[in-house]
Amino acid sequence: MFYRETGQFKQSYAADQAVFPILQDRLGLALILLVAFVVVPLFGNEFLLASVMVPFLILSLGAIGLNILVGYTGLLSLGSAAFMGVGAYAAYKLSTIFPGVNILVWILCSGFFAAGIGVLFGLPSLRIKGFYLAVATLAAQFFLQWCFVRISWLYNDNPSGAIEVPARTLFGLAITGPSATPVTRYLVVLVIVVVMTQLASNIVHGRIGRTWMAVRDMDIAAQLMGIRLLPAKLLAFAVSSFYCGVSGALMVFLWLGAAEPSAFDIKLSFLLLFMVIIGGLGSMIGSFFGAALIHILPIVIRGLPEALGLPIAAATVEHLTYLIVGALIIFFLIVEPHGLARLWQIAKQKLRVWPFPY
Amino acid sequence: MSLKNWLYALSATAALTLPAVHDAQAEDSIYVPLFTYRTGPFAGSGTPIANGMHDYLTLLNERDGGIGGVKLIVEECETGYDTKKGLECYESVKPKKPVIVNPWSTGITLPLIPKAAVDKIPVLSMAYGLSASAKGDTFPWIFNPPATYWDGFTQILQYIATQEGGGVEKLKGKKIGYIYLDASFGREPLPLIEQLSKELGFEAKLYPVAAADMQNQSSQWLSVRRDKPDYMILYGWGALNATAVKEAVKTNYPMEKFISIWWPSEDDAKGAGDGAKGFKTLNWHAVGADFPLLADIQKHVVDAGKSQVSGKDKVGQVLYNRGIYNSMLIAEAIRKAQEITGNKVVTGEDVRRGLEGLNIDDARLKEIGLEGFTSAVKLSCADHNGHFSTFVQSWNGTTYEKVSDYIAPLSDKVGPLLDADAKAYAEKNAPWPARSEACDAS
Repeated sequence: MFYRETGQFKQSYAADQAVFPILQDRLGLALILLVAFVVVPLFGNEFLLASVMVPFLILSLGAIGLNILVGYTGLLSLGSAAFMGVGAYAAYKLSTIFPGVNILVWILCSGFFAAGIGVLFGLPSLRIKGFYLAVATLAAQFFLQWCFVRISWLYNDNPSGAIEVPARTLFGLAITGPSATPVTRYLVVLVIVVVMTQLASNIVHGRIGRTWMAVRDMDIAAQLMGIRLLPAKLLAFAVSSFYCGVSGALMVFLWLGAAEPSAFDIKLSFLLLFMVIIGGLGSMIGSFFGAALIHILPIVIRGLPEALGLPIAAATVEHLTYLIVGALIIFFLIVEPHGLARLWQIAKQKLRVWPFPY
Repeated sequence: MSLKNWLYALSATAALTLPAVHDAQAEDSIYVPLFTYRTGPFAGSGTPIANGMHDYLTLLNERDGGIGGVKLIVEECETGYDTKKGLECYESVKPKKPVIVNPWSTGITLPLIPKAAVDKIPVLSMAYGLSASAKGDTFPWIFNPPATYWDGFTQILQYIATQEGGGVEKLKGKKIGYIYLDASFGREPLPLIEQLSKELGFEAKLYPVAAADMQNQSSQWLSVRRDKPDYMILYGWGALNATAVKEAVKTNYPMEKFISIWWPSEDDAKGAGDGAKGFKTLNWHAVGADFPLLADIQKHVVDAGKSQVSGKDKVGQVLYNRGIYNSMLIAEAIRKAQEITGNKVVTGEDVRRGLEGLNIDDARLKEIGLEGFTSAVKLSCADHNGHFSTFVQSWNGTTYEKVSDYIAPLSDKVGPLLDADAKAYAEKNAPWPARSEACDAS
């Protein structure tokens, strides 16, 4: 009834090809942004901001990065955590070598280092595909993590072997380090994630994105149409790693505050891959759905017994969380193998004809 | 009721009960969160520690009604030894005003070190974490008694020297193997090894084990067989310890020459069968349940069904007693804080002062019911570690037996490293706040 496009006439090709052609979608997006920028910082407590929203946004950014590679270009990668690590270590080195430059500049620059390494490990992708490529990227994961442990130059010879985040400010306001408030950190992360999501959305809806999708759907056909495979695939690796790198730098600087190499282990790679698969391959909003399901849902489940006053031991809750989240993942994949984003699509489709389905 | 209504009802109850829980805790109680890991790859080591910590504090509540008449609210938060989850735990307990946190993971400790001063919550990382945090002038909020990993290494070296029949000069010309977890914890002693091997003239052989291959050490032990080191030193955690002991037995390495830092448990040695007899570890507290306090725990906590231990024999195991020791430090710090401030309900700031003034002498240990359990503990504003002596215990097939006297660390070797390290940390994390907390003369 409310979600209908009747009467919304497009008068130009640009309007017809917009990412959100329907007015209600645009309003919905505006509402989400309003909630994210105003309501959450105003009414959210520290726990919500620091432990729920900041990690959720950072993981979403990582999932978008991986989605560009896996979902849009069809190149399976298990090295995303390592590329996040490259971003984090690059940001750490840059910020300690040039402490005068604003940390945000270095966080964004760190993406280029990750992109470079990503391209290097993406080179085999021209020859190998599918699971074989996954194995090649797995090598990147192990090799890079080995570097994080062994090359002490990367962590400035700290005896702890970890990278620690120095306190840095923006406009006189602490954004990293212990005195940075969760609200500031949340807003900084939010701005970066929103801008980068917009960019990614533009890329995948444009010529480059279509190139990637052509390669994904059938690379020989794409080649015959005149798409050069190597540059297209390497560009996908570069952009994907750039996003992962920035997300890794954000993770250390604005979320964790210090990180050991084990923060970027294979588990994180798998988590990102699950987010992408469960959220929806080849979907921007799917990356957010996936991150929400993997990160926020366990926190909600963990908090429930206490909120309801049930005396359950912490370890039992943890086991239950694993069980419930695992069961839900299977449930969602059975109900909709194309991920939560597809469910969202179906829901919108149903809403269009509601209350008179035909 | 439809699903939607259920959800409304659920969120409404959640909204109503949450503030109620917080209010109940604000009155006349001290909130002590315990970060534990009973799940995940390190649960084998984490569970007995969690039980020990939990049971001691529960005993104080059950038997004495808390500390100084104030009930303790003991709450576990499951970290799974995962840094991200640990930080989530920290954020979730922070609004409840904890008086102290025990991260029980170096990975979780490191991000908390700068936060502690801002949030006014002292961090007790008992014999783990950042060694340099022993320097109270640089790290007023971090405490890591009773010894650092560097202290432990020099203690093992001295034990080896006494086995050779003399002082550290006997190490000259010896070949000492070091097998370790290739992560920050195991790599920490490397600069010390490099320095000492030059000064004392022993040859060090390094066998790193990557965290991903903890259960696959055959290549390292092949090298051990080839190199034939006179002694082996182990710095491991979780499955690494059990695997190392097994592999040592398999390669017929003489177990009495295989000495570990203080983390292996009974199960780590038991898994290797009879061949593991003679395996040695450092320790600073007794093993076994033969203490009045542990008898009380048995009576008031375990028999009353308030503990999570899976069997009575678990009480008194190495890591269970490690948890007891940890909770003893917490309880005594709270008691000291009450004594210093005169308040019954203390805050994190008070407990920080309590930890600096911590003085558990033998008389106090007897009062607690732990006479002979460990050596006296005394901290100060400058020294947050104490660098206390430890002893060597040996596995006899069923339990660990103390086989040496207390050994003091080589402080003249470790001290300068510690100073340099603390200074470097403050420089790298500039602007690192200078200590503003006053020192209670004690």
